[in-house]
Amino acid sequence: MSTTENLVRIAQLSCGAEYSGIQNEIDSAVKQVNAVMVYPEVDIGDIEAIEEEFGLKVASPDLKLLMARAKSIVTGKVHVDAVFIATCFRCAEAAIVRSEVRRYINEKTGIPVISYSFTERTTAGTLLTRMEALTTTARRKSLLAREKQNGLTAGIDSGSTTTKAVVMKDNKIIGKGWVPTIKVLESAQEAFNNAMKEAGVTRSDIQALGTTGYGRFLIGEFLKADLMQEEITVNSKGAVYLADKQKGPATVLDIGGMDNKAISVMDGIPGMFTMGGICAGASGRFLEMTAKRLGVGITELGALALKGNAHNVKMNSYCIVFGIQSLVNSLAGGSTPEDVAAAACHSVAEQLFEQQLQEVDVKEPVIMVGGTSLIQGLPKAVEELLKVKVIVPDNAQYIGAVGAALLASGFISK
Amino acid sequence: MKVFIYPTNSLILSDLVERFGHEPLAIMQEIGKKVRTQGLDSPPMNMTPEDPKFGLKYAAVEVPSGVRGRMSLFDPLLSKAEAAIIVIEPVISFGCMGCARTNELVNFLLRGKKIPLLKLDYPTNEEDAKMFVYKISEFLKSLKPAEDKK
Repeated sequence: MSTTENLVRIAQLSCGAEYSGIQNEIDSAVKQVNAVMVYPEVDIGDIEAIEEEFGLKVASPDLKLLMARAKSIVTGKVHVDAVFIATCFRCAEAAIVRSEVRRYINEKTGIPVISYSFTERTTAGTLLTRMEALTTTARRKSLLAREKQNGLTAGIDSGSTTTKAVVMKDNKIIGKGWVPTIKVLESAQEAFNNAMKEAGVTRSDIQALGTTGYGRFLIGEFLKADLMQEEITVNSKGAVYLADKQKGPATVLDIGGMDNKAISVMDGIPGMFTMGGICAGASGRFLEMTAKRLGVGITELGALALKGNAHNVKMNSYCIVFGIQSLVNSLAGGSTPEDVAAAACHSVAEQLFEQQLQEVDVKEPVIMVGGTSLIQGLPKAVEELLKVKVIVPDNAQYIGAVGAALLASGFISK
Repeated sequence: MKVFIYPTNSLILSDLVERFGHEPLAIMQEIGKKVRTQGLDSPPMNMTPEDPKFGLKYAAVEVPSGVRGRMSLFDPLLSKAEAAIIVIEPVISFGCMGCARTNELVNFLLRGKKIPLLKLDYPTNEEDAKMFVYKISEFLKSLKPAEDKK
């Protein structure tokens, strides 16, 4: 993020943020990405008429205000570059409004939108990646339109569980590195060295470097990266590039070690996206723990799950503690490891389906990326729930690194 | 007497209560305290993530944080209320509380307090408006004046 980049105007359409005591956190996150929050002007008449005009009747006046503000953006009364829609977590009425307003703005204007449900525990740190993605989509469209990698570039993806690196030359991956994340900098250096070694190049040969993931700033500053970018835009780009679906709509799903991303993409640029991060039971960590309990490696869990039937195992909870307990009880009750592996994949997929996919428009092709997409039982479970074919491109686990290397090639001329 | 008004930011209701010698319990008082308190930094109302936690007195954690945050503002008003006037379905310009769930909870708690309570519909024509003001004035007259209470 650079404060020299142009200021982005984000419209805040929210209900309850100030009463939850998190307005300062929102403002702080926005400031860090050199953006400013604006609150579209409406008059009383707009609010009174909005239910009829928008077609949704709600009881809470603040939600009427939210809808009226959305209308003032769509009708061009106010100019903004991006929209942040936020309402209280667990408010049913607000969840309906949030979802419909998000769709309304995106369909009518094409302005990038992110929606978020907050609690009083929401912090600027939690919001930062989302705001960074939102402002990047708004201000860097030309960079994100890049479809080919040029020259010799590298990308490093510092994830919560693993660190990945690739070296690319003339639109081809020529070196890869994948190591567990232990110490952020050392792991990144190791993965990067492995990728350079395989490619037969040195750091001085690399024309541009991009970093992404949790450790992007630390690594990026240390290695003097040309691009330090959050994983939502980078992964979107990497996914449609590797799946060769750069034109038209696509949906990118990435179940990570710590959080999940679901992104609606159009021509390789994210339009709507959501990042889940409240429950570990919906993350790759749940599958890791299941594999450990079954005594198999995480790379073997997927093949095992393909042979099993999730419906043979009754899971009483999605929780990473109680859900695992259900699986253990099933094993004790005679369930096969195959069925238990399938049930674990189904549980994670179902949570993504139930808790996150309402926040985006799922359009085909659906592309699953990240390390968990290689656990074959997981894409299969997502296919069963969504009733669509899921694409897992080659090198899906390197998605962030590939996206970073691809986008970094836009910096070579500089 | 201390009279809780709903909508709790209605200037008209607040003014009526004062005119009849009572003390209106309006949300502006609580918000004003927040805005004027130094050392807090969550604009525009200087609420912090601690405020929704005070609201746990009224609603559990599964209730949205916005409801609990609002309840933390209502708490001092609810505990002081000796009488209440509730206007049903007012127009936004009469006074507007943002969250329907908070409104329902506040109304429910007022009913449970067993205090003198006047509930009346928001008027939609001039005749009803006159009756509206008349009913409120009669209710306020029936209450013991604030001075006597002291």
